[in-house]
Amino acid sequence: METTQTAPVKYDMDIVRWFSIAAVIYFVVGTLIGVWIAAELAWPVLNFIPEIAFGRLRPLHTNAVIFAFGGCTLMATGFYIVQRTGATRLWSNGLAWFTFWGWNLIIVLAVITLPLGINQAKEYAELEWPIDILIAIVWLAFGLNYIMTIAIRKVSHIYVSNWFFMGMIVMITYLHVVNSLVIPVSLTQSYSIFSGVQDAMIQWWWGHNAVGFYLTAGFLGMMYYFVPKQANRPVFSYRLSVLHFWSLMFGYVWLGAHHLQYTALPDWTGSLGAAISLAMIIPSWGGAMNGMMTLSGAWDRLRTDYILRFLVVALAFYAMSTFEGPVMSIKTVNALSHYTDWTIGHVHSGALGWVAMVSIGALYHMVKKLWNTEMYSDNLVNVHFWLSTVGTVVYIVAMWVSGIMQGLMWLDYDEYGTLSYTFVESVSAMHPYYAMRAIGGMIFNLGAWIMLYNVVMTVRQASTARGASAVPANA
Amino acid sequence: MSDHDKIYSTKLQDKLERSTVLMFAMVAFVLVFGGIVEIVPLFYLDRTMTHLSPDVKSKVGKKEISPIVWQRQPGQSLDDWKPGDGVRPYKALELAGRAIFIREGCYLCHSQMIRPFRDEKDRYGHYSVSSESMYDHPFQWGSKRTGPDLARVGGKYSDEWHRRHLKYPREVVPESVMPNYFFLEDKKVDVAKVKKTMEVMNSMPFYPANYTKADMESAAGVEGKTEMDALIAYLQSLGNHIKFTEGVNYRD
Repeated sequence: METTQTAPVKYDMDIVRWFSIAAVIYFVVGTLIGVWIAAELAWPVLNFIPEIAFGRLRPLHTNAVIFAFGGCTLMATGFYIVQRTGATRLWSNGLAWFTFWGWNLIIVLAVITLPLGINQAKEYAELEWPIDILIAIVWLAFGLNYIMTIAIRKVSHIYVSNWFFMGMIVMITYLHVVNSLVIPVSLTQSYSIFSGVQDAMIQWWWGHNAVGFYLTAGFLGMMYYFVPKQANRPVFSYRLSVLHFWSLMFGYVWLGAHHLQYTALPDWTGSLGAAISLAMIIPSWGGAMNGMMTLSGAWDRLRTDYILRFLVVALAFYAMSTFEGPVMSIKTVNALSHYTDWTIGHVHSGALGWVAMVSIGALYHMVKKLWNTEMYSDNLVNVHFWLSTVGTVVYIVAMWVSGIMQGLMWLDYDEYGTLSYTFVESVSAMHPYYAMRAIGGMIFNLGAWIMLYNVVMTVRQASTARGASAVPANA
Repeated sequence: MSDHDKIYSTKLQDKLERSTVLMFAMVAFVLVFGGIVEIVPLFYLDRTMTHLSPDVKSKVGKKEISPIVWQRQPGQSLDDWKPGDGVRPYKALELAGRAIFIREGCYLCHSQMIRPFRDEKDRYGHYSVSSESMYDHPFQWGSKRTGPDLARVGGKYSDEWHRRHLKYPREVVPESVMPNYFFLEDKKVDVAKVKKTMEVMNSMPFYPANYTKADMESAAGVEGKTEMDALIAYLQSLGNHIKFTEGVNYRD
């Protein structure tokens, strides 16, 4: 068993290494599929065979970035944080490896089934029921191991990051179980037991909280560990983190209804969702400020510490998206924004700007610690930083413009009281923005390739320095 | 006194932070509220479903407006249903088409939910009501309109238009960005699968289709039909179930 050499406690770090490398690989693949489907919308000729048509690849893109890249990052950082903050090894290293292989099996199954059109038709929960069962088993294995490792910690208090991870583990279990209730027709086809309006609410309860817990709570847990570590400063305010945590746990669950404003969902549900969405600005910004202010007295390090840059820009995007989200949940804004590219822009300011950036920062930080070395090239980290930032900005600006334009074109009337534009006129007006979005995505994806190269070279460099025996060969 | 005994927040918070079990229990407790409050009432509040909403129900009862849900008389088959008779379950071929709609991920670019706005009414028709998707397991409201809404596309274009458009969209609409679905003409619908799907829809705990024996036997009629035929049948079935009366409020 390989352990880190600097720490006094022996940790199970092989599992973290493997999840980290997997995360970087899936990062490249997931964003590459994203670039491809973005290009398909700009140049439809790219849909040349059914298996790679937009409707089949889009679920693969979302599953790859959320569950393959996001999932492996969460599990890598989760297993890293829970050991270090508890000064203990994992409760079960074997179960952790079961989680690794199980999770990767799920990803492989997703790559096979989704292009074949094996699809449950629930956004971000497209995988069919046998895979859903596998997800439940692997997720519970991860959760059990995580919580038991907290239980055997050697310190008196549970660190804040672990609260967030715990919240994610519990909520995702609730959501996954309820939203995946289906009656199968065959091994590869099933239908939800819910229908219409109830199914819509359950789907968006899942949909928004996949964002709220998987992509927010988990990544906030990451933020609360890696920002103080990288800045070498304690968290700005402990009390603020307590407030941030409990209000986020209680409040986020209610937000799903704002995806269904003005639909056949009863008005009370949508309004309730919007009201709580607005209230969520407070904890979200509290959390973002808490992260930012942790840098008090260390701001100068942003000039030299490229990893810290990722983490801080991630917090800035987190603050921006958590302001934009509540605004979009207000009925009058939603009337314009719903069904348009603005939603896609919002999702990506959160996904690229917040989730990916904080992950990248955490992964670079961990790679250095795990292989006990410096990065192969700090300059490439800096290049990656700028590609990520520029790519994200190009992407979201394109989607803001196209989204608002779409919305305005759809509801525009001419002086005779008839609709100014046909639908297809709005489609052709989107072309330049779809092209621009694809370019933004390409820039972002290029950064991912550079990261992969840099990480591979760093690991190789570390292995050569320490001799072949130090390479984590055993599983 | 060591630092670890000091309480930095409240007594409760400190207690939670020291106990894995308590922290876990508290988290699990706090997380259930939103879902329970927003989801559970949708299953029992009458106003959630148009056909159960007291105001609409009484208007239907007094024959002031057309029925919301089709009241099938004994002995009637699905073919006895006429547009405007109210929401009915999908016919065998439509159900097969719906599976293709899902398989190809059509819902990712086409919504089936018209909002109560003037422009949507002019573009797509009467706003959608909840009962219209009561037999939709899972719902197909969508979240994005890269293409137009399809909630009332049924009967809007001819079958031949759909066939040409689905095969090569840009031959009909040059600016379209929709993929070509010419390959749907090559594959036949699987009768056994359609039958099984009808059985599944009958066994649903919420809003089962209640297909009769005769309905199930009608599945044999899809023999020899292509996936294209099925998808077109599905699209043509969308949105004309209820005959809406001008000026009546169907929401609440």
